[in-house]
Order: sequence, then structure tokens, then C-alpha cells
Amino acid sequence: MKPRLVLACLTTTGVVARAQHEFDAIIHAGPGDMTVSEVTAAAATHRAQAILFTNTLPLTAAAIAALPETVRIGATCSVGFDHIDVPAARARGIAVTNTPGVLDECTADHAMMLLLAAARRGLEYDRIMRQGWRYRIGQGDLLGVRVTGKRIGILGMGRIGRAFAQRARGFDMKVLYHGRTRLPPELEQGAEYFSDFHAMLPHCDFLSVHAPGGAATEKMIDARALSLLPDGAVLVNVARGSLIDEDALLGALTSGKLFAAGLDVFRDEPDYDLRFAPLQNVVLSPHVGSASRETRDAMGFRALDNIAAVLAGRPAIDPLWRD
Amino acid sequence: MPKPVLFVTRRMPASIEALAQKDYEARLTPSDVAITDLVAKAQGADAILCCPGDVLDARTITALPESVRVIGTFSVGYDHIDVAAAKARGITVCNTPDVLSVATAECAMLLILAAARRAGEGERLVRSGKWAGWAPTQLLGTQVSGRRLGIFGMGRIGREIARMARGFEMEIHYRDMSRLPPDLEHGAIFHDSDDSFLPICQVLSLNAPGSEGTRHWLNGERIAKLPAGSVVVNAARGTLVDDAALIAALRSGQIAAAGLDVFNGEPHLDPAYPTLENVVLLPHLGSATTETRDAMGRVVLAGIAAVLAGQSPSNLVR
Repeated sequence: MKPRLVLACLTTTGVVARAQHEFDAIIHAGPGDMTVSEVTAAAATHRAQAILFTNTLPLTAAAIAALPETVRIGATCSVGFDHIDVPAARARGIAVTNTPGVLDECTADHAMMLLLAAARRGLEYDRIMRQGWRYRIGQGDLLGVRVTGKRIGILGMGRIGRAFAQRARGFDMKVLYHGRTRLPPELEQGAEYFSDFHAMLPHCDFLSVHAPGGAATEKMIDARALSLLPDGAVLVNVARGSLIDEDALLGALTSGKLFAAGLDVFRDEPDYDLRFAPLQNVVLSPHVGSASRETRDAMGFRALDNIAAVLAGRPAIDPLWRD
Repeated sequence: MPKPVLFVTRRMPASIEALAQKDYEARLTPSDVAITDLVAKAQGADAILCCPGDVLDARTITALPESVRVIGTFSVGYDHIDVAAAKARGITVCNTPDVLSVATAECAMLLILAAARRAGEGERLVRSGKWAGWAPTQLLGTQVSGRRLGIFGMGRIGREIARMARGFEMEIHYRDMSRLPPDLEHGAIFHDSDDSFLPICQVLSLNAPGSEGTRHWLNGERIAKLPAGSVVVNAARGTLVDDAALIAALRSGQIAAAGLDVFNGEPHLDPAYPTLENVVLLPHLGSATTETRDAMGRVVLAGIAAVLAGQSPSNLVR
């Protein structure tokens, strides 16, 4: 008998096909992803052993308590897990897994796209084109900032941060980073470590955020941090909106302290702060850091692999904690 | 001794206009509109500083006053200048090689990433205020890292793109008239025919000069030989592309997305392009960084000064 699964989020056709093949699965058809009450109800009627979801499902202590006894694993199809109350899941004895590793390259690509687009005003130019162009732009007008050879500060030098650093080196950028601990030389690859985040900022022509969300990093990039950057710096965030004080960022973008910013994540998603919408010097994307078909397939497959392992009595591949 | 007279056909960055005024009796043009009375304005000038978009064809050059000894163009490309006609008149032409390779390569890499990752569509969704939420299937693009990149024209800019693309672990292929020496090739794979080159191009970057030989090189026949769902970018010259064929392929999905910085007939462009969601369009700003535009101005003014001093600078167009 196949294990019983609730697939609570919309996913790629490849992932749906595999879920149907290997599991007795309830496949959510949308529109949108399942709510907590929909997941609870589906898990109860299906006597589900596993739930595959993503960061659209707030798995709070109350939501976890409401799940039926049959549920043994929740697999989030994301790297971030700030939507999950981990201690509550752990106390309840439900395994929880995420999908690290498979989206590093894709997310690092997206961060470099945002950096280039912000520095080189790519989408501002695209708007000019869609309004018809038809005039000659002066040789001194609408100039962007060169990327090659500049200094890039990376906040959070985990797997995605390191993949991003590798791309930045292709542009001859000098890589600086801050994280809780210094990396060994083979992972550092010549990047310069700053134990003090604020001490790094005056050296950052560009700053890219790759640290996890949560209380420890809440508003790390606030008015003080932004004021420490060189004038005309460029900020990129593909990590979590909670790392940034958005009032301070809006101030720095409109004052000209920052040349531009590229943002894939926001404090409130999808109801992000609409004060960003009219600004020319931001590049905005709707949390699509991992949005390539190849990567979304890989994330879904990884979540299914975790579920299959746990339900077969094997250890999870990507557990959020180790007993 | 009076300063030589330099006629500048277009508005320049302020730093470059200041530099021109220091060394020349500079006739500046406070406008970005393409000049129509170039010959009249050049009367008595020793040198002309022009831009792409100015027409310096054989007729114009023949009509230039005897005083003109050098034409400098604020660009790498010189397809707007009839170099043979200039040579016949004894006028030297210089350009701005090297200094904009990096900026243009950055622009091409930006176009590759933005087109593949559907940046324009994402932006328009977010700015519209209609973003309804995250979904695993929303706006799925094409992954860039690890893909095969084909570079058509492996000159300085093409090689800069290759260097950047290696940071994304792309496999680099190139098509050119001849093979590069290994120290410039850096492991990139040479193709001596379109038939071997085109089918590998999951991403195709056009970096060849505009000329009769490359006119409409990317036509329907060649597009059909690309892998289905490829990404195409052009930061070189608009004339390399047959617009009707590219637009048809963008509509059919044969080409998943395109990023274009250059167009046939700039600053006009085929009106179909802005109606397409799967293109990223830039108004020929491949070299548009403060750093690069300053460097371009310095290089072309140095070339003009050298020619007027009877020297042979390295940025002569031969």
C-alpha cells in the first residue's frame, strides 16, 4: 500500500506526476495553496502520513496541534522554515524537512540578475522602451554603475552566499562577508571575513543579503547600517524581507544614499509595501529566487525524497533538527 | 598658437565636454537630436567627435571641409562611418576600443539573466499591485547556471562575457571566423560552422560587429536550428537580427525569451517588441556607466589629439 500524502501546494507537473506514482496522494488543485484549515481537514479525512507544503502555510503551534495523529512528517518545499514552529513540531514528534542545496545556484543567479539590473538600470530602461523610446538619450544621461571590479559585501556566507560569491568573482569583484563564524579557507576562497557586520559596511560598493530570517537577523539592515554604506551603494536581497527595515530602505533610496536596490523578498508578501512601486531605482521581483523549472522540480523531488525516507523508517535527508 | 577646432556633434558627459574645452576650441552641441547639418557645422574644424546615429557616409565625408583631419567616434562600432571614403580624403578615423568591453559584457550578462528569469514580467506584476502570492509554479524561468552558452563573435566583448559566464559554470562555445589562441580561448569550444554551433546554444549571445556580412545573420533558418526554448541576447548591433523571424520565434516559443539592447532603425524599433512579455528591451545603453563613458571620452579625445600631433594612436580604425 502506498503511503498517504497531502500535497498542499501547487507544484510543477513533474512533481505532481511523481507524487501520484509513488504515493496515495491528495493533490491540491488550487487556486492558491491550501490554508491551514484545509490542510487539517484533508489530512484528517485522508489519514495522511505526510504533508508536502511550502512557505505559504504558517505551521504554527496551533496548526501542528490540530494535525491528526497519523501525520509523521511535514516536508516544506523551501530552504527557509521561518513559517514553521520547530519546537512545537519537535515536541509533537513530527519530522520536518526542508530542501537545502538544490536551489543554491538558481537563487545565486537571481541575486546576480538583481544586482546587475539595479546597477545598470535594466528594468528602468525596459520601461522607457515599452513607452516607445523614439528619442536619443544623451551620452551622459541615465548612466548606471559599473559592477566589474567593485567590492561586494555578503551578509550570510552559507551555500547560497558562496554560490553568489563565485558569480561575483566572474566580475572580478572583491568579496567581503559577514557571518556568525569564519569559514575555512577552502570555502572562503579568498573572501575577507568581518566578524563585525557594521565594520564591513563602509567597504561595500554592493551589499547582498543571504542570511536566514528570524528573530536573530530581524532588521539587521536598518537606518544605521544603511548610513554606514558608501554613498551610491547598491543593495540586493533574495533572502528574507525581515532582515530589512523597509522604512529605512525607502528613505535611503529616495535620498540617493543608495544608488539602487534589487529586492526579491519583502516584509509582507504578497502585500508588500506599495511605496516601493513608483520608485525607479528599485528592481522588484515576486519572490522568484528559485523559480526555474529545473530547480522547482528538484525542490519538489527533494521534499518527496525526504517523505519517502521517513515513512520507510529511514532518517530524513534534510531534517530541521537532529536528535 | 590657437587651439585646434573640434566639432562635437552631440551632447557629451559634462566631464568630457570640460576636457574638450580645455584642449580645443570646442564647438559643442547642446542637443541629443541626430545632427542634420553636419557639413555646415564642420566648416573650419580640425576634428569631429561624432556618435553612432550620425551619418558619415561617402557623400557627407566628400563634402567635409579640407580642414578636417580626423573623425573620432564615441563608440567601438564605426558602421556609421564610411572609413574607405575617409581614407580617400586623407581623414583618419579613431574609436574607443577596449574601454567599453566590460560594460557591454555586463549588459549582455544582465540581458541573459533577466530574459531567462523573466525579470520584466515579475517587475510588472509586482508594480501593478496585483501580486497574489508565492506559488511554486509562478513565473518559472530557465536556469542560467550550468547551461551551454554560444557566443557569436568572440572579440573582446565576447571574451569578457565568457569570463563572467564561467562564474555561472556555463559551458562556453563560440563561433567566429577563426579559432582563438588557447590563452584567449580559456577552454571555450570553437565552432567553424553554424550547423555545429547553433544546436548547442541553449543561450545565444550575439557579439559580432554590424556589417554587410552579418546583416540579418539571426534569421528564420538559423533560429530553427537553435534548441527549442533557447534564450537569445543582442548587445552588439541591431542589424544582426531579422526582427520578423525573431518575433515569430518569441511568439511560437522556439525562443523562450530574448534580451535586446540594439535594434534595426534605432531609436525606432519594431512595434511588436514592446507588446511581447518575453523580451527585455534596453535603449542601446550597453556602455552606459559613468566610469565607461568617462573612459570612452578620454580615449577618443586622446586619439584625436595624437592624430592632430602627427602621431598614430592605437585606437585608429584601419
